[in-house]
Amino acid sequence: MDGIADMGGTDGWGPVRAPRADEPVFDQSWQGRAFAMAILSSRLACGGPNPDAFRHALERLDRAAYLDDGYYGRWLNGAELMLTESAFLAPGALEARARNLRGEHVEEPPVREPVLPDYKRTATGSLRTVNTEPAFAVGDRVRAKDISPPGHTRLPRYVRGHAGVVDVIQPAAVFPDTNAHFLGENPQHVYSVRFDSRELWGAKAEPAMVTAELYESYLEAIA
Amino acid sequence: MTTRESEERPSPALRAEALEQLLTERKLIDPKVVDSMITEYETNVGPLNGAKVVAKAWTDPQYRRRLLEDGTAAIKELGFSGPQGEHIVVVENTATTHHVVVCTLCSCYPWPVLGLPPSWYKDPAYRSRVVKEPRTVLAEMGLDLPEDVQITVHDSTSEVRWLVLPERPPGTEHLSEERLVPLVTRDTMVGVAKVEAP
Repeated sequence: MDGIADMGGTDGWGPVRAPRADEPVFDQSWQGRAFAMAILSSRLACGGPNPDAFRHALERLDRAAYLDDGYYGRWLNGAELMLTESAFLAPGALEARARNLRGEHVEEPPVREPVLPDYKRTATGSLRTVNTEPAFAVGDRVRAKDISPPGHTRLPRYVRGHAGVVDVIQPAAVFPDTNAHFLGENPQHVYSVRFDSRELWGAKAEPAMVTAELYESYLEAIA
Repeated sequence: MTTRESEERPSPALRAEALEQLLTERKLIDPKVVDSMITEYETNVGPLNGAKVVAKAWTDPQYRRRLLEDGTAAIKELGFSGPQGEHIVVVENTATTHHVVVCTLCSCYPWPVLGLPPSWYKDPAYRSRVVKEPRTVLAEMGLDLPEDVQITVHDSTSEVRWLVLPERPPGTEHLSEERLVPLVTRDTMVGVAKVEAP
Protein backbone atom coordinates (compact mmCIF):
# COMPACT_ATOMS: atom_id res chain seq x y z
CA MET A 1 0.00 0.00 0.00
CA ASP A 2 1.01 3.61 -0.43
CA GLY A 3 0.29 4.33 3.19
CA ILE A 4 0.78 7.04 5.74
CA ALA A 5 3.75 5.15 7.24
CA ASP A 6 5.78 5.29 4.02
CA MET A 7 7.38 8.66 4.72
CA GLY A 8 10.74 8.50 2.96
CA GLY A 9 11.30 11.59 0.82
CA THR A 10 7.96 13.24 1.59
CA ASP A 11 8.05 16.98 2.26
CA GLY A 12 6.35 19.26 4.72
CA TRP A 13 7.34 17.80 8.10
CA GLY A 14 9.40 20.77 9.22
CA PRO A 15 12.70 20.73 11.10
CA VAL A 16 14.01 17.58 12.75
CA ARG A 17 13.69 17.34 16.51
CA ALA A 18 16.83 18.15 18.43
CA PRO A 19 18.21 15.13 20.29
CA ARG A 20 18.01 15.27 24.09
CA ALA A 21 20.76 13.41 25.88
CA ASP A 22 18.64 12.98 28.99
CA GLU A 23 15.45 11.89 27.21
CA PRO A 24 13.72 9.22 29.30
CA VAL A 25 12.87 5.93 27.60
CA PHE A 26 9.21 6.63 28.29
CA ASP A 27 8.28 10.28 28.73
CA GLN A 28 5.02 9.38 30.47
CA SER A 29 4.21 6.20 32.32
CA TRP A 30 1.31 5.22 30.03
CA GLN A 31 3.76 5.05 27.11
CA GLY A 32 5.67 2.18 28.70
CA ARG A 33 2.41 0.34 29.35
CA ALA A 34 1.26 0.98 25.76
CA PHE A 35 4.60 -0.32 24.45
CA ALA A 36 4.40 -3.58 26.41
CA MET A 37 0.68 -4.09 25.83
CA ALA A 38 1.06 -3.55 22.09
CA ILE A 39 3.63 -6.35 21.89
CA LEU A 40 1.50 -8.65 24.05
CA SER A 41 -1.72 -7.76 22.20
CA SER A 42 -0.15 -8.36 18.81
CA ARG A 43 0.97 -11.83 19.91
CA LEU A 44 -2.47 -12.52 21.31
CA ALA A 45 -4.29 -11.40 18.17
CA CYS A 46 -1.98 -13.31 15.81
CA GLY A 47 -1.67 -16.44 17.94
CA GLY A 48 2.08 -15.81 18.08
CA PRO A 49 4.62 -13.13 17.22
CA ASN A 50 4.07 -11.54 13.80
CA PRO A 51 5.73 -8.11 13.60
CA ASP A 52 4.64 -7.79 9.98
CA ALA A 53 0.97 -7.97 10.96
CA PHE A 54 1.60 -5.39 13.68
CA ARG A 55 3.30 -3.01 11.24
CA HIS A 56 0.40 -3.51 8.85
CA ALA A 57 -2.02 -2.58 11.63
CA LEU A 58 -0.05 0.62 12.27
CA GLU A 59 -0.02 1.66 8.62
CA ARG A 60 -3.81 1.18 8.35
CA LEU A 61 -4.53 3.71 11.11
CA ASP A 62 -6.09 7.00 10.15
CA ARG A 63 -4.29 10.32 10.41
CA ALA A 64 -5.31 11.07 14.00
CA ALA A 65 -4.53 7.57 15.24
CA TYR A 66 -1.21 7.40 13.39
CA LEU A 67 0.14 10.90 13.91
CA ASP A 68 -1.70 12.83 16.60
CA ASP A 69 -1.34 10.32 19.45
CA GLY A 70 2.44 10.10 19.05
CA TYR A 71 4.56 7.00 18.71
CA TYR A 72 3.24 4.97 21.64
CA GLY A 73 -0.29 6.23 21.05
CA ARG A 74 0.10 4.75 17.58
CA TRP A 75 1.22 1.44 19.08
CA LEU A 76 -1.80 1.48 21.39
CA ASN A 77 -4.12 2.20 18.46
CA GLY A 78 -2.50 -0.56 16.40
CA ALA A 79 -3.02 -2.97 19.28
CA GLU A 80 -6.67 -1.94 19.54
CA LEU A 81 -7.16 -2.51 15.81
CA MET A 82 -5.62 -6.01 15.97
CA LEU A 83 -7.59 -6.96 19.08
CA THR A 84 -10.80 -5.72 17.47
CA GLU A 85 -10.18 -7.60 14.22
CA SER A 86 -9.52 -10.81 16.15
CA ALA A 87 -12.58 -10.10 18.31
CA PHE A 88 -10.69 -10.03 21.58
CA LEU A 89 -12.28 -6.60 21.85
CA ALA A 90 -15.75 -5.66 20.64
CA PRO A 91 -15.78 -2.56 18.42
CA GLY A 92 -15.88 0.49 20.68
CA ALA A 93 -15.08 -1.48 23.84
CA LEU A 94 -11.87 0.37 24.59
CA GLU A 95 -13.39 3.78 23.97
CA ALA A 96 -16.34 2.94 26.21
CA ARG A 97 -14.10 1.80 29.06
CA ALA A 98 -11.91 4.88 28.71
CA ARG A 99 -14.98 7.12 28.89
CA ASN A 100 -16.23 5.30 31.98
CA LEU A 101 -12.79 5.78 33.54
CA ARG A 102 -13.24 9.52 33.21
CA GLY A 103 -16.64 9.45 34.83
CA GLU A 104 -19.01 9.12 31.90
CA HIS A 105 -21.67 6.41 32.00
CA VAL A 106 -21.36 4.54 28.73
CA GLU A 107 -22.65 1.06 28.06
CA GLU A 108 -19.82 -1.32 27.24
CA PRO A 109 -20.39 -3.80 24.40
CA PRO A 110 -20.52 -7.51 25.34
CA VAL A 111 -17.35 -9.61 25.20
CA ARG A 112 -17.01 -11.67 22.03
CA GLU A 113 -15.38 -14.97 21.17
CA PRO A 114 -11.91 -14.42 19.69
CA VAL A 115 -11.28 -15.50 16.10
CA LEU A 116 -7.63 -16.28 15.52
CA PRO A 117 -6.01 -16.24 12.09
CA ASP A 118 -4.71 -19.50 10.65
CA TYR A 119 -1.10 -18.73 11.49
CA LYS A 120 1.85 -20.76 12.64
CA ARG A 121 5.48 -19.75 12.38
CA THR A 122 7.85 -22.38 11.01
CA ALA A 123 10.63 -21.12 13.31
CA THR A 124 11.35 -18.26 15.71
CA GLY A 125 12.39 -14.87 14.38
CA SER A 126 12.31 -13.90 10.72
CA LEU A 127 15.48 -15.46 9.26
CA ARG A 128 14.92 -18.59 7.18
CA THR A 129 16.82 -20.91 4.88
CA VAL A 130 15.96 -20.70 1.20
CA ASN A 131 16.83 -23.58 -1.09
CA THR A 132 17.25 -21.57 -4.28
CA GLU A 133 20.39 -19.61 -5.13
CA PRO A 134 20.15 -15.81 -4.90
CA ALA A 135 19.00 -14.38 -8.23
CA PHE A 136 21.38 -11.44 -7.89
CA ALA A 137 25.06 -11.14 -6.99
CA VAL A 138 26.95 -8.37 -5.21
CA GLY A 139 27.70 -5.65 -7.76
CA ASP A 140 24.69 -6.47 -9.98
CA ARG A 141 22.67 -3.54 -11.21
CA VAL A 142 19.02 -4.01 -10.29
CA ARG A 143 15.84 -2.01 -10.46
CA ALA A 144 13.23 -1.80 -7.72
CA LYS A 145 9.96 -2.72 -9.41
CA ASP A 146 7.54 0.12 -9.99
CA ILE A 147 4.67 -1.59 -8.25
CA SER A 148 2.11 -0.57 -5.69
CA PRO A 149 1.13 -3.71 -3.76
CA PRO A 150 -2.40 -3.41 -2.35
CA GLY A 151 -1.49 -4.74 1.11
CA HIS A 152 1.54 -4.58 3.37
CA THR A 153 4.90 -4.06 1.73
CA ARG A 154 8.42 -3.09 2.75
CA LEU A 155 9.19 -1.63 -0.65
CA PRO A 156 9.31 2.11 0.01
CA ARG A 157 7.74 4.34 -2.63
CA TYR A 158 10.85 6.44 -3.05
CA VAL A 159 12.90 3.57 -4.50
CA ARG A 160 10.22 2.17 -6.81
CA GLY A 161 11.28 2.28 -10.44
CA HIS A 162 14.82 3.30 -9.55
CA ALA A 163 18.09 1.56 -10.36
CA GLY A 164 20.70 0.59 -7.79
CA VAL A 165 23.54 -1.82 -7.14
CA VAL A 166 23.48 -4.89 -4.91
CA ASP A 167 25.79 -4.08 -1.98
CA VAL A 168 25.28 -7.07 0.32
CA ILE A 169 23.30 -10.30 0.18
CA GLN A 170 21.63 -10.42 3.59
CA PRO A 171 20.25 -13.57 5.21
CA ALA A 172 17.01 -14.82 3.65
CA ALA A 173 13.91 -13.89 5.60
CA VAL A 174 10.15 -14.25 5.89
CA PHE A 175 8.39 -12.19 3.21
CA PRO A 176 6.45 -9.43 5.01
CA ASP A 177 4.00 -8.85 2.15
CA THR A 178 2.38 -12.26 2.66
CA ASN A 179 3.25 -12.90 6.31
CA ALA A 180 1.50 -9.69 7.43
CA HIS A 181 -1.72 -11.11 5.94
CA PHE A 182 -1.19 -14.64 7.35
CA LEU A 183 -0.72 -15.91 3.80
CA GLY A 184 2.49 -17.78 4.48
CA GLU A 185 6.11 -17.01 5.26
CA ASN A 186 7.34 -17.45 1.66
CA PRO A 187 10.95 -16.66 2.63
CA GLN A 188 13.10 -14.88 0.09
CA HIS A 189 16.63 -13.67 -0.37
CA VAL A 190 17.16 -10.12 0.87
CA TYR A 191 19.59 -7.63 -0.65
CA SER A 192 21.01 -4.36 0.56
CA VAL A 193 20.68 -2.26 -2.56
CA ARG A 194 22.66 0.96 -2.87
CA PHE A 195 21.05 3.89 -4.67
CA ASP A 196 22.72 7.10 -5.75
CA SER A 197 20.78 10.07 -4.38
CA ARG A 198 20.68 11.65 -7.86
CA GLU A 199 18.96 8.54 -9.22
CA LEU A 200 16.33 8.85 -6.50
CA TRP A 201 15.84 12.60 -6.26
CA GLY A 202 17.19 14.13 -9.44
CA ALA A 203 20.36 15.76 -10.67
CA LYS A 204 20.28 18.56 -8.08
CA ALA A 205 20.05 16.22 -5.10
CA GLU A 206 22.62 16.35 -2.30
CA PRO A 207 25.32 13.81 -3.20
CA ALA A 208 24.83 10.72 -1.01
CA MET A 209 24.17 7.01 -1.14
CA VAL A 210 21.04 5.41 0.26
CA THR A 211 20.79 1.70 0.98
CA ALA A 212 17.59 -0.26 1.57
CA GLU A 213 17.04 -3.96 2.26
CA LEU A 214 14.87 -5.26 -0.53
CA TYR A 215 13.28 -8.69 -0.89
CA GLU A 216 14.12 -10.55 -4.07
CA SER A 217 10.65 -10.27 -5.60
CA TYR A 218 10.84 -6.45 -5.32
CA LEU A 219 13.75 -6.44 -7.76
CA GLU A 220 14.34 -6.98 -11.46
CA ALA A 221 17.61 -7.35 -13.33
CA ILE A 222 18.88 -4.52 -15.50
CA ALA A 223 20.14 -5.98 -18.75
CA MET B 1 -20.65 16.29 32.24
CA THR B 2 -20.97 18.72 29.37
CA THR B 3 -21.57 17.67 25.77
CA ARG B 4 -18.23 19.12 24.87
CA GLU B 5 -16.39 16.80 27.27
CA SER B 6 -18.13 13.71 26.01
CA GLU B 7 -17.32 14.54 22.39
CA GLU B 8 -13.66 14.74 23.16
CA ARG B 9 -11.77 11.55 22.36
CA PRO B 10 -10.28 9.98 25.50
CA SER B 11 -6.55 10.62 25.78
CA PRO B 12 -4.02 7.89 24.95
CA ALA B 13 -3.16 7.70 28.66
CA LEU B 14 -6.78 6.95 29.52
CA ARG B 15 -7.13 4.49 26.66
CA ALA B 16 -3.96 2.69 27.77
CA GLU B 17 -5.47 2.33 31.23
CA ALA B 18 -8.74 1.10 29.71
CA LEU B 19 -6.94 -1.49 27.57
CA GLU B 20 -4.98 -2.76 30.55
CA GLN B 21 -8.20 -3.17 32.56
CA LEU B 22 -10.01 -4.94 29.73
CA LEU B 23 -7.18 -7.38 29.08
CA THR B 24 -6.32 -7.96 32.73
CA GLU B 25 -9.86 -8.67 33.93
CA ARG B 26 -10.12 -11.41 31.29
CA LYS B 27 -6.65 -12.67 32.23
CA LEU B 28 -5.40 -12.10 28.70
CA ILE B 29 -2.35 -10.24 29.97
CA ASP B 30 -0.56 -10.13 33.31
CA PRO B 31 0.27 -6.60 34.51
CA LYS B 32 3.43 -8.01 36.09
CA VAL B 33 4.64 -8.99 32.62
CA VAL B 34 3.93 -5.43 31.46
CA ASP B 35 5.95 -4.14 34.43
CA SER B 36 8.89 -6.41 33.63
CA MET B 37 8.95 -5.40 29.96
CA ILE B 38 9.06 -1.73 30.97
CA THR B 39 11.86 -2.39 33.47
CA GLU B 40 13.80 -4.30 30.84
CA TYR B 41 13.95 -1.29 28.51
CA GLU B 42 14.15 1.39 31.19
CA THR B 43 17.07 -0.18 33.03
CA ASN B 44 18.68 -3.18 31.32
CA VAL B 45 18.67 -2.65 27.56
CA GLY B 46 19.91 0.72 26.36
CA PRO B 47 22.74 2.55 24.58
CA LEU B 48 25.23 1.57 27.29
CA ASN B 49 25.29 -1.87 25.63
CA GLY B 50 26.27 -0.36 22.31
CA ALA B 51 28.85 1.88 23.99
CA LYS B 52 30.54 -1.21 25.43
CA VAL B 53 30.65 -2.76 21.95
CA VAL B 54 32.18 0.39 20.47
CA ALA B 55 34.78 0.85 23.23
CA LYS B 56 35.86 -2.76 22.86
CA ALA B 57 36.17 -2.38 19.08
CA TRP B 58 38.31 0.73 19.58
CA THR B 59 40.73 -1.04 21.90
CA ASP B 60 40.77 -4.58 20.52
CA PRO B 61 41.60 -4.73 16.78
CA GLN B 62 40.64 -8.39 16.51
CA TYR B 63 37.23 -7.69 18.07
CA ARG B 64 36.77 -4.74 15.71
CA ARG B 65 37.44 -7.04 12.75
CA ARG B 66 34.94 -9.63 14.01
CA LEU B 67 32.38 -6.89 14.67
CA LEU B 68 32.58 -5.55 11.13
CA GLU B 69 32.49 -9.06 9.65
CA ASP B 70 29.63 -10.47 11.71
CA GLY B 71 28.04 -7.84 13.92
CA THR B 72 25.40 -10.11 15.42
CA ALA B 73 27.95 -12.70 16.62
CA ALA B 74 30.46 -10.14 17.93
CA ILE B 75 27.70 -8.29 19.81
CA LYS B 76 26.49 -11.56 21.27
CA GLU B 77 30.02 -12.20 22.60
CA LEU B 78 29.34 -9.35 25.03
CA GLY B 79 25.99 -10.89 25.98
CA PHE B 80 23.72 -8.64 23.95
CA SER B 81 20.94 -10.19 21.84
CA GLY B 82 17.16 -10.25 21.75
CA PRO B 83 14.18 -8.71 19.97
CA GLN B 84 15.05 -6.45 17.02
CA GLY B 85 18.59 -7.82 17.00
CA GLU B 86 18.29 -10.93 14.88
CA HIS B 87 20.82 -9.71 12.33
CA ILE B 88 22.87 -6.61 13.13
CA VAL B 89 25.27 -5.15 10.59
CA VAL B 90 27.96 -2.77 11.86
CA VAL B 91 29.35 -0.03 9.62
CA GLU B 92 32.34 2.11 10.47
CA ASN B 93 32.49 5.90 10.29
CA THR B 94 35.86 7.35 9.30
CA ALA B 95 37.28 10.75 8.38
CA THR B 96 35.98 10.30 4.81
CA THR B 97 32.96 7.98 5.13
CA HIS B 98 29.88 8.68 7.19
CA HIS B 99 27.02 6.26 7.82
CA VAL B 100 23.65 7.25 9.26
CA VAL B 101 20.67 5.01 10.00
CA VAL B 102 16.92 5.52 9.59
CA CYS B 103 13.71 3.55 9.18
CA THR B 104 11.46 5.46 6.80
CA LEU B 105 8.59 2.93 7.08
CA CYS B 106 8.29 2.71 10.87
CA SER B 107 11.08 3.09 13.43
CA CYS B 108 13.17 -0.09 13.21
CA TYR B 109 16.16 0.20 15.53
CA PRO B 110 18.72 -2.24 17.00
CA TRP B 111 17.14 -2.67 20.44
CA PRO B 112 19.73 -5.03 22.01
CA VAL B 113 22.53 -2.47 21.62
CA LEU B 114 20.68 0.87 21.70
CA GLY B 115 17.42 0.19 23.54
CA LEU B 116 14.23 1.82 22.30
CA PRO B 117 14.54 4.67 19.79
CA PRO B 118 14.56 8.33 20.89
CA SER B 119 11.87 10.84 19.85
CA TRP B 120 13.84 12.42 17.02
CA TYR B 121 14.39 9.02 15.36
CA LYS B 122 10.65 8.27 15.39
CA ASP B 123 9.64 11.72 14.22
CA PRO B 124 8.24 12.12 10.67
CA ALA B 125 10.72 14.92 9.93
CA TYR B 126 13.73 12.65 10.44
CA ARG B 127 12.12 9.61 8.78
CA SER B 128 11.12 11.57 5.67
CA ARG B 129 14.08 13.88 5.21
CA VAL B 130 17.28 12.04 6.04
CA VAL B 131 17.08 9.86 2.90
CA LYS B 132 16.62 12.93 0.73
CA GLU B 133 18.83 15.58 2.28
CA PRO B 134 21.09 13.85 4.82
CA ARG B 135 23.75 16.56 4.92
CA THR B 136 21.16 19.23 5.69
CA VAL B 137 19.47 17.08 8.33
CA LEU B 138 22.78 16.26 10.02
CA ALA B 139 23.72 19.95 10.04
CA GLU B 140 20.35 20.78 11.62
CA MET B 141 21.19 18.23 14.31
CA GLY B 142 24.53 19.91 14.93
CA LEU B 143 26.81 17.73 12.81
CA ASP B 144 28.49 19.67 10.01
CA LEU B 145 30.35 17.28 7.74
CA PRO B 146 33.06 18.48 5.34
CA GLU B 147 32.06 18.41 1.67
CA ASP B 148 34.47 15.58 0.87
CA VAL B 149 32.87 13.18 3.34
CA GLN B 150 30.81 10.53 1.54
CA ILE B 151 27.46 10.00 3.27
CA THR B 152 25.59 6.69 3.17
CA VAL B 153 22.09 6.51 4.64
CA HIS B 154 20.87 3.05 5.66
CA ASP B 155 17.10 2.67 5.50
CA SER B 156 16.11 -0.27 7.74
CA THR B 157 13.41 -1.74 5.51
CA SER B 158 13.80 -5.43 6.47
CA GLU B 159 14.68 -7.18 9.74
CA VAL B 160 18.35 -6.23 9.24
CA ARG B 161 19.41 -3.72 11.89
CA TRP B 162 22.28 -1.26 11.56
CA LEU B 163 24.76 -0.07 14.18
CA VAL B 164 27.31 2.65 13.45
CA LEU B 165 30.82 2.22 14.84
CA PRO B 166 31.75 5.87 15.36
CA GLU B 167 35.23 7.25 14.83
CA ARG B 168 37.43 7.24 17.93
CA PRO B 169 38.18 10.89 18.68
CA PRO B 170 41.78 12.09 18.64
CA GLY B 171 43.26 12.66 22.07
CA THR B 172 41.77 9.49 23.55
CA GLU B 173 44.67 7.16 22.75
CA HIS B 174 45.65 6.91 26.42
CA LEU B 175 42.15 6.02 27.63
CA SER B 176 41.24 2.48 28.63
CA GLU B 177 38.23 0.62 27.25
CA GLU B 178 36.42 1.31 30.51
CA ARG B 179 37.09 5.05 30.32
CA LEU B 180 36.00 5.18 26.68
CA VAL B 181 32.55 3.68 27.30
CA PRO B 182 30.94 6.83 28.77
CA LEU B 183 32.11 8.92 25.78
CA VAL B 184 30.01 6.89 23.34
CA THR B 185 26.51 8.32 23.12
CA ARG B 186 23.38 6.88 21.52
CA ASP B 187 23.36 9.49 18.75
CA THR B 188 26.91 8.64 17.65
CA MET B 189 25.88 5.01 17.13
CA VAL B 190 22.99 6.04 14.85
CA GLY B 191 25.33 8.38 12.97
CA VAL B 192 23.86 11.81 13.78
CA ALA B 193 26.73 12.92 16.04
CA LYS B 194 30.45 12.40 16.53
CA VAL B 195 32.09 11.15 19.68
CA GLU B 196 33.81 13.98 21.52
CA ALA B 197 37.01 13.63 23.51
CA PRO B 198 36.53 14.44 27.22
